Amino acid sequence: MSWFKREKKKIETTTARKELPGELWHKCPSCGDILYRKDLAARVSVCGNCGHHFRVGTDDYLELLLDQGSFRELDADLSSVDALGFVDSKSYAQRLEEYRERTRRNDAIVCGLGAIDDVEVSIGVMDFGFMGGSMGSVVGEKVARAIERAIERRIPLVIVSASGGARMQEGVLSLMQMGKTSTLLAELATNGLPFIAVDTDPTTGGVTASYAMLGDVIYAEPHAQIGFAGPRVIKQTIGEDLPDEFQTAEFLLEHGFVDAVVPRDRLKRIISRTLRWMLGREALAEEE
Amino acid sequence: MTTGAYLDFERPIIELEEKIAEMEAMAEERGIDVSAELSTLQAKLTRLKEDIFTNLSPIQRVQLARHPRRPYPLDFIERCFTDWVELHGDRAYADDHAMISGMARFDGQPVMVIGQQKGRGTKENLQRNFGMPHPEGYRKALRMMRLAEKFGHPVITLIDTPGAYPGIGAEERGQAEAIAYNLREMAALRVPTISVVTGEGASGGALGIGITDRILILENAFYSVISPEGCAAILWKDGEKRDIAARAMKITAGDLFELGVVDEIVVEPMGGAHTDYAAIARAVDDAVRRHLTEITAWDSDDRIKRRREKYRQMGAWQSEAGVHAARRGDSPAPTAS
Ligand SMILES: [Zn+2]
Repeated sequence: MSWFKREKKKIETTTARKELPGELWHKCPSCGDILYRKDLAARVSVCGNCGHHFRVGTDDYLELLLDQGSFRELDADLSSVDALGFVDSKSYAQRLEEYRERTRRNDAIVCGLGAIDDVEVSIGVMDFGFMGGSMGSVVGEKVARAIERAIERRIPLVIVSASGGARMQEGVLSLMQMGKTSTLLAELATNGLPFIAVDTDPTTGGVTASYAMLGDVIYAEPHAQIGFAGPRVIKQTIGEDLPDEFQTAEFLLEHGFVDAVVPRDRLKRIISRTLRWMLGREALAEEE
Repeated sequence: MTTGAYLDFERPIIELEEKIAEMEAMAEERGIDVSAELSTLQAKLTRLKEDIFTNLSPIQRVQLARHPRRPYPLDFIERCFTDWVELHGDRAYADDHAMISGMARFDGQPVMVIGQQKGRGTKENLQRNFGMPHPEGYRKALRMMRLAEKFGHPVITLIDTPGAYPGIGAEERGQAEAIAYNLREMAALRVPTISVVTGEGASGGALGIGITDRILILENAFYSVISPEGCAAILWKDGEKRDIAARAMKITAGDLFELGVVDEIVVEPMGGAHTDYAAIARAVDDAVRRHLTEITAWDSDDRIKRRREKYRQMGAWQSEAGVHAARRGDSPAPTAS
């Protein structure tokens, strides 16, 4: 269990970087505007000029969506096992160790209990920073437990996805996590409990082909890339360029595969309204 | 063996077989007795086959799974089932020729058979899209499963696909949604379900008809999260490294059994399934019968529960409660929640 031992000193040096002058501002990749970090943070990392949504982290979503102080993380101790003894340019075990150091998490999803405008939810938020948010056994198991927790407590499930797909280093075991999570979602559905899928940039591959597309309601962030096959693979297969807006949240909305594209600053409000509608709870007072 | 379609490592076998055929022809033509020579060559052929086929590398098995003469679902349907009536269409958009489905009888019992179908030759392969279904294929498959469920008949799926088709139309029509939906709905089917991986079990496109009570796999078939070429291109930045990727991903039938993913390996005739359709069909027939008898005896609620538990256990992880290893024969997982 040496994986749980961490060198605390190393971690502190990485957090100190925030003060570097270069980190005080960001250039918007969409409109080119110079955005000050403080302003950007106040606008949940959305460009005030053009509405470009910068990718944000797992903690940001937890803070954004959940009532202050309501989150209790569970299953944080679950970590991956190198079941195949997989080695490419480096070993999977080593790769995992590096990501654990870098992200200070054990794998690519954080799960637990929290409240959204006083509605208790079982929540999972994926971390794209951990091996591209790839789904291996731990992501599958944690999602499975999050679903079971929702069933046990008879509360809604919310999963915020961000994933490059299945984790190749776990071979077919990662593929089977699609089966595992979907199988449990069948039970959640039988129990009549709400499941809201929130798909952020990017949500692709095996995650899209399982729980990210199985919400009773599916919300997507503006311009998030959402799809099954990778654009490069498609381009290579068909031998032609892909249309503009291909595999964006708006593209999925247009083709009928997400219920709504929701700007990040409206996300909590819309999810809260949805949950209250589903559960037949009293509506909150309209804002403004 | 009239076609020139064979794999590199099959060449010595093909050459020896040709030599034997020539000798037989010559003996007949000239009326001479070469039975001694022939039996020596036959023994040599048996040894040669054993040498080659008992030491197959993972990528060689992948090649066998993709063999142009590999038996496809329709070949199994012809041999293992009777009273086949193919049914078409998803009742929403189209009929996907890469996915076949229909009513059949197995030992006289009504069953629904569904599978991905490749073509023989370029023309049919284009029509069948090389066995790569579009969303309408998965929706058609689910429609047929529901049809079977309505009448209480088992569903048998035959998996053989290089993957769900990666194309513009496929994405527009919700490839991911179609597969995801099938995974969830198959989990809740009230009738007995068996999948048999007969060739390529590539990725979500295979899994899309693969959530079943039992998963059987042919000896030289494979089941993988991504093709060896795809994995090699991404992790080794070189598609040519597919042999290394195939080995690393543990995709052979033996590996999959070890990992607790498949329930039984159906042994192929020496030389591969394509060398003896009748023999491999008998083996599949036998395995399906045994498993079907077993799972049919359970009541529906129990079957759904067991199916869910089967997938629930898949994977390898560790926690403070201990290690849950996927390997067969390892101690069961701690029931932490
Ligand atoms: Zn901007």
